[in-house]
Parts: sequence; structure tokens; C-alpha cells
Amino acid sequence: MNVQKQPPGSVSQVRDQATLVAAEGVGLSFAGRQVLSGVDLTVNRGEIVTLIGLNGSGKSTLARILLGLLEPEAGRVWRAAHLRHGYVPQSMTIDPAMPLTLHRFLTLGGKVPEDEMTSTLAEVGLQGRSAAQMAQLSGGELHRAMLARALLRRPDFLVLDEPMAGVDVAGQAQLYQLIESVRDRYNCGVLLISHDLHVVMAATDRVVCLNHHVCCTGRPESIVGDPEFRALFGASVADRLALYHHHHDHDHAADGGVVPLHKDHHDHDHSHDHGHEGHAHD
Amino acid sequence: MIEDFMLRAVLGGLGVAGVAGPLGCFVIWRRMVYFGAALAHSALLGVALGLALGVPADLGIAVLCLGMALGFLALDRGQLVASDTLLGILAHASLALGLLALALMEGLRVDLMSYLFGDILALDVADLAVIYVLMVLVLGLLVIFWRPLLSVTVDEDLARVEGLATGPMKLMFTLLMAVVIAIGMKVVGILMVISLLIIPAATARRLAASPEGMAMGAAACGACSVVMGLAGSYFWDLPSGAAIVAAAAVLFLCSLAVPGRKTGDV
Repeated sequence: MNVQKQPPGSVSQVRDQATLVAAEGVGLSFAGRQVLSGVDLTVNRGEIVTLIGLNGSGKSTLARILLGLLEPEAGRVWRAAHLRHGYVPQSMTIDPAMPLTLHRFLTLGGKVPEDEMTSTLAEVGLQGRSAAQMAQLSGGELHRAMLARALLRRPDFLVLDEPMAGVDVAGQAQLYQLIESVRDRYNCGVLLISHDLHVVMAATDRVVCLNHHVCCTGRPESIVGDPEFRALFGASVADRLALYHHHHDHDHAADGGVVPLHKDHHDHDHSHDHGHEGHAHD
Repeated sequence: MIEDFMLRAVLGGLGVAGVAGPLGCFVIWRRMVYFGAALAHSALLGVALGLALGVPADLGIAVLCLGMALGFLALDRGQLVASDTLLGILAHASLALGLLALALMEGLRVDLMSYLFGDILALDVADLAVIYVLMVLVLGLLVIFWRPLLSVTVDEDLARVEGLATGPMKLMFTLLMAVVIAIGMKVVGILMVISLLIIPAATARRLAASPEGMAMGAAACGACSVVMGLAGSYFWDLPSGAAIVAAAAVLFLCSLAVPGRKTGDV
């Protein structure tokens, strides 16, 4: 239903066999506010792409367009034929009026072999919980339940919206390992959405920085030096991140170094919302 | 020896309860109680429509309820007012229009009370046939589409991502609601028909551990309410529709006393 099959030549962007999903010139507005404009994004098989941007920069909207949950007003989305989507939304509410065990929740999309169910539950750390009522799961457990449901579909294209939210640092590393192993196992393309910069960004193949349009894109170690990125997230954040990649640029060490990370972060949330391209970079 | 009219009432009531319970579960899971009540209020206009066109009132009601549902969805998309405000306007405007339409139809004497509060004791064999045919139809569709309906109800986005055509599912559900309201109002009337869907379902929630268990429990609770209500009507001459709804409410109160085996926060 959601799959739009177009001949590969119909979109100008060069696309090889590995391309799973490609957005071209995608634009969308809500109630007169332009949320996305002119966004190009491609996710290839076997690739982990991290979509990064501040709150309200249109990341989740873009992901929903790529999944076919929203129709863009402008541009188009190409999807490989017979693409199996896996989606882990940011949150989900299960009405407590519905008696639903975790096991039932995981089979709502179709029957699942019992051994696969057991191994997937173990993988996401929900072993032995299959008889638990969904309404009684904690927020973190609910998120892992959604991840299990997505994994059980053996997706070609896996979208994880803020998977690190509410997960502690040790858990984040584990989760990243899981995502990487899933990518290797199913040779799927993964789109991660994040509003924050993580240490574990190193596990990403490509970072796309979004602020209603694509600001910059590249490998994680190169993107932290990008002026647009620095303008959006603040030089201090970029430098901190660069440290983890051992590419610390000493030219920028002094600037803004004493500003608390989070304060800096949120200040930029507003000041860079509009037309940040005009900013002077350093 | 039980009288024929009472036998027909019991059979009709059980038929309606058997389908209203399972469908009512979806109504409370999907948080569509007020939506259902608004549909029911528009049923009187459906009666007028049926009389004007010379078709059975049930058909008029089902068609009008469906039209109301689609009209609501179209208006709600425009986001002119909050959804519950819009439902309130539609419910009472259509009830008023129905009353006006019936009053303006010349040479017709309609027993308004029987439409508003139900007249289960007046069910004839033809009514029973309609009730049971529609019951089988609705239950059949519920069984066939049980998993996709459940999936859409739990999370629509996930259902769509997994390739489910959620639009047709929601449309079908609305249609089933319109049908069940049309037959349910024969039993307890326009003003109380939604209670036949939701009270037994809420009662069953306390005791159920699975969606199927809750659906079957709701059918059973509804059936008990019908039998209890009609018994009250028979022995103490109580108004039958009100007695059935009151019995359902009593059962719900009793279910609260059951120790909270499952998450009882309905």
C-alpha cells in the first residue's frame, strides 16, 4: 500500500542496487509552518544512518514520510520493491482497558516461531516477560517490546526514533551493539533518530544533520568539524564529540568551553531555528 | 409457562448482547464511547429517513449512523472545534432534527418512547430474524478480521508500517458499530444503547487476561444483564430497557468487588 515503485531512472539522484529508501526534495508543512523543505536522504542496505537535529527540527516527521506514514507535500519518496519496514516509534500508549500480554503484542503483526520469539526477547533483554501485561511494562520495557516487534519482522529498513531515550549509558552501548548486529544479520538499512549527541555516534556510518532542511551530512568524525554542525550544536559540543573520535581540533578548544553543555544546547534550539545559514562561523 | 412475547424478548436480548459485548470491547479500547453515543443519538433521524423513504427503520438507522460517522470524520479533519465538542454538537443536533422530522411527518404516529427507551417486549419474529442475521454477520466479520482489528486498535502506526490497510479496517469497524446500534436500540433504545456495548465490556475487563477472553466475557455479562433485566421486568413490571441497563450496572459494581487479579484500571 505504501510502497511506491518507480523506475530507478525517474529520480535524478544516482541510485544503485543497495538503495532501500530515497527521499528527494521532500517538503511538508503543518498548519502553515514549514517543517521540512527540500530534504534529500538516502538509506542503503547495510548502512546505519543517524538523523540528528534539535527538538522540533523535523526528524520524526521525515522518518514518518520515509516509512509512508505521512505523504510529503513536495518532492517524492522512492522505496525498493517488497521492502519490509520495522519501526520503533518514540513512544506508544497501550490502553490499560486492553488485556494484552507481551507475547500477543509481538504476534499482532503475524505469527512468529516460538524459538525466534524466545531468542528475540532475550536479545532485547525481555526474557521471561512474555506473559506480562503490556500495561504493566515500564517505559524502558515498552520501548524494548517495540524493538522486539520490529526485529521479529526481519526488516529491510529499520527506523528507530530516539532509541537511546531513557536508556542508561551502559544500556546505550549494549543497544548500539544490538543494532549493529541486527544490521549485520539481516543486512538491513537502519535509520536512527536522535536529538542528542552520543558517544556511541561512532557506530554510525553516516550522520545527517537536520534543521528543517539537511544542514550537513557525512561521516561522524568529519561532520563535527563542519561549520553548519558547529553553528547548530555549538562549538563546545562539537569539540566534546570530536574528542571521542580523537580528532580534537585545538583551534576551537577555548571557545565556549566553560559553557555548560546542556544550556548551550538549548540556547541553540531557539536561536538557530531560522536561517542559521547566515551565521558567522568562528 | 412463559409467554411468547417474553420468549422473543429473551431471544432478541441475548442476540443483541452476544454481539454488543465483543464490539463494545473495541469501543472502549479505541476510546470511542462518546462517538458511539453520538451515533446512537442520530438514529432517530434514521428512523425518520426510513419512514420517508419507505424502507425498514433498521436500514434507515444504519445508513444514517454510517453517514454521521463519515460526516464526523470529515468535519473533524478540519479541526474547527475539539473532537468531543463536535461530537456533542452532532449528537444533539441530530437528535433534535430527528424529533422535528418525526413531528413534521403527517399522518404518522410514531411511538417515540419505544425508540428512545427501547421496546424489547414488542419484538416480533421478523425483528428476531433481523437481529440474528446481523449478529451472525457482525460476529463473523469480527472473527475473520480479529487480528488486524486488534493490531489497528493497539497502535495504528505499527499496523500501517507492517503493511496493514488501516483505513478499510476503521471504516469496517464504524459500519459494524452502526449496525449494532441499529439492532441494539430495539432492546434498550437510542438513549441507552451505548451502555449495552460498554458496561458489559468494562465488567469483563476486570476478569479477563486476553482480548478474546474480554470479548467473550462481555458477551456473557451482557447476556446475564438481559436475563436479569427481563426477569425484573416480568416479575416486578419494571420498564424492560431500563431494567437491563440497571442489571448491567449492578454486574459491573459486583465485578469491582472481585480482587484485582489483572490490572483493573479501566
